[in-house]
Amino acid sequence: MEPILTKRFAVSNAATIDGYMATGGYSTLSKLFTMTPAQVIDEVKASGLRGRGGAGFPAGVKWGFVPKTTGKPIYLCVNADEGEPGTFKDRELMTKDPHALLEGIIITCYALESHTAYIYIRGEMFQELQILQRAIDEAYAKGFLGNKVAGHDFKLDVYMHRGAGAYICGEETALIESLEGKKGQPRIKPPFPAVVGVFGCPTVVNNVETLMAVPYIIEKGAAEYAKIGVGKSTGTKLFSVSGHINKPGNYEIPLGLPFSEFLEKQCGGVWKGRKLKAVIMGGSSVPILTAEEAMKVNLDYESLGAAGTMLGSGGMVIMDDQTCMVTALKILGDFYHHESCGQCTPCREGTGWIQKVLARVVRGEVRPGDCDLLLSVATNMQGRTICVFSDALAMPVKSYIQKFRHEFEDAGKLGLRKGQQIQTWE
Amino acid sequence: MSFKFTNERMKNVEELLTHYPADHKQAALLPILWEVQYQEGWISKEAMVEVARICGCTPAHVQEVVTFYTMYNQEPPAKYHLQVCRNICCWLRGAGETTQYLEEKLGIKPGEMTEDRKFKLSEVECLAACGGGPMMQVNDDYQLNLTRESIDKLLKDLK
Ligand SMILES: Cc1cc2nc3c(=O)[nH]c(=O)nc-3n(C[C@H](O)[C@H](O)[C@H](O)COP(=O)(O)O)c2cc1C
Ligand code: SF4
Ligand code: FES
Repeated sequence: MEPILTKRFAVSNAATIDGYMATGGYSTLSKLFTMTPAQVIDEVKASGLRGRGGAGFPAGVKWGFVPKTTGKPIYLCVNADEGEPGTFKDRELMTKDPHALLEGIIITCYALESHTAYIYIRGEMFQELQILQRAIDEAYAKGFLGNKVAGHDFKLDVYMHRGAGAYICGEETALIESLEGKKGQPRIKPPFPAVVGVFGCPTVVNNVETLMAVPYIIEKGAAEYAKIGVGKSTGTKLFSVSGHINKPGNYEIPLGLPFSEFLEKQCGGVWKGRKLKAVIMGGSSVPILTAEEAMKVNLDYESLGAAGTMLGSGGMVIMDDQTCMVTALKILGDFYHHESCGQCTPCREGTGWIQKVLARVVRGEVRPGDCDLLLSVATNMQGRTICVFSDALAMPVKSYIQKFRHEFEDAGKLGLRKGQQIQTWE
Repeated sequence: MSFKFTNERMKNVEELLTHYPADHKQAALLPILWEVQYQEGWISKEAMVEVARICGCTPAHVQEVVTFYTMYNQEPPAKYHLQVCRNICCWLRGAGETTQYLEEKLGIKPGEMTEDRKFKLSEVECLAACGGGPMMQVNDDYQLNLTRESIDKLLKDLK
């Protein structure tokens, strides 16, 4: 497979504009300006490219929702808030190939007839912010941004906007609120951002990885892109692999690759020669799979959906046979409780309840009925909140308990204590 | 204690304001708060009043924003802020022991600062560096694949 997103990872100076242009960078722009914006949208629609931020919504379809005749400016917000536990692809993409993101932004803004893009970057990523700012400055100096993009009659400004520490700001409407200088609290949808987004104007929010796939689609054509992958899961995707694995890191693979093959051939298998116990396939917010389930799936949206989980952000977490599932879930409970924005009662209270019960279970103080209590709290958190953050804890809770119930029930007998169940640091 | 941007910083602030529509100056709030923190290391009540004036919003709104986000310091920071990721992937590779080791070495618990204000220890959520776990952020830099030896060396190097 020819790499698309990672093709410059081995090029040492790819982050500079000279290194980028020497490897074909910004060359799609000459083709771009022979196309109409509508043609660009059609091409991306035909490619089947789906959003890589978590929800998997077709990018071209989203762009098609933007009304262009309202007289209001149209905005692109680049979601570089990467915070889903297990996910670290956007960070590497932005640092190793920042100009490819800018090229994707230029194409997307041309298609949207947008003249302003904001890159909302996670507050913690200060080095990455500087790398991107340097790339933006270089692009302005060479005329790829500014009043006349690549000498054409198209104006585009790109600005960095630094977040300040809040997982929820990765949710697109919270991101918009935050960009407007407010607390990052999600908005009720509809209206969708495509119609009423930042500053009350039509807005597209796309993930870094999504936008970085766009130059290839324009250069080679939708058909070439759609040849990669399977069915409705076209193209390549980055999986961030971490946990109990021999070779952690980001891997670009064609969608549809069998997990078993990926695990053994590319990631070097489970570490320390141990057995696989469970896998989180797409970031901490998706239901967990047992080893047996995982070995049967292929890495694409449909296959993972059929297995009762989701591809999500591609944050793949490998757990070996010594992993304590109670502690694992307790860590997620802490995280979601800490990050709930607090607007919705089921989410605010539900994450609190789950966190409290799990903290008790981890101390070994299990009460009869704890599992059912957790399940019922989770059920009450689902489908009744402003955003899906609440579901993002409820779904894992249900899956961990359904699949590893005995570990929760026996936590008292096992006598879990802080530190005891962790055996890995050496 | 009053707060004033240096001339240099004020230029950045004016530039930042041009990034957003003229009738949405408040959008520059987070970036301008960062300018305060770059200059002072933290964000005082006085600074919030000044930022509110610049952004055309109330000091109460600025305070609400400062307290919502985790990265704005509301007191003078330690010289080195050690932020250990406690989330799932780092935990799988021993983040619990990493924190314990740092606690022992520094004699403080997460959330605390050493008396000489040199080190603050915190436990934070996933920093999008899970492949290099256990890891921590020290001020603006990431330190990956932590071991006892690498922590010993790091603490020695932090003068
Ligand atoms: C709680 C929550 C956190 C999210 N965090 C991120 C994130 O860090 N990065 C991201 O790109 N999308 C994140 N999303 C998804 C965004 O809401 C949105 O769907 C995405 O940015 C759209 O871009 P895409 O279509 O290119 O994927 C999050 C969603 C939720 C509900
Ligand atoms: S579901 Fe949770 S995070 Fe989402 S808006 Fe409601 S309270 Fe906030
Ligand atoms: S879990 Fe520690 S960096 Fe992601």
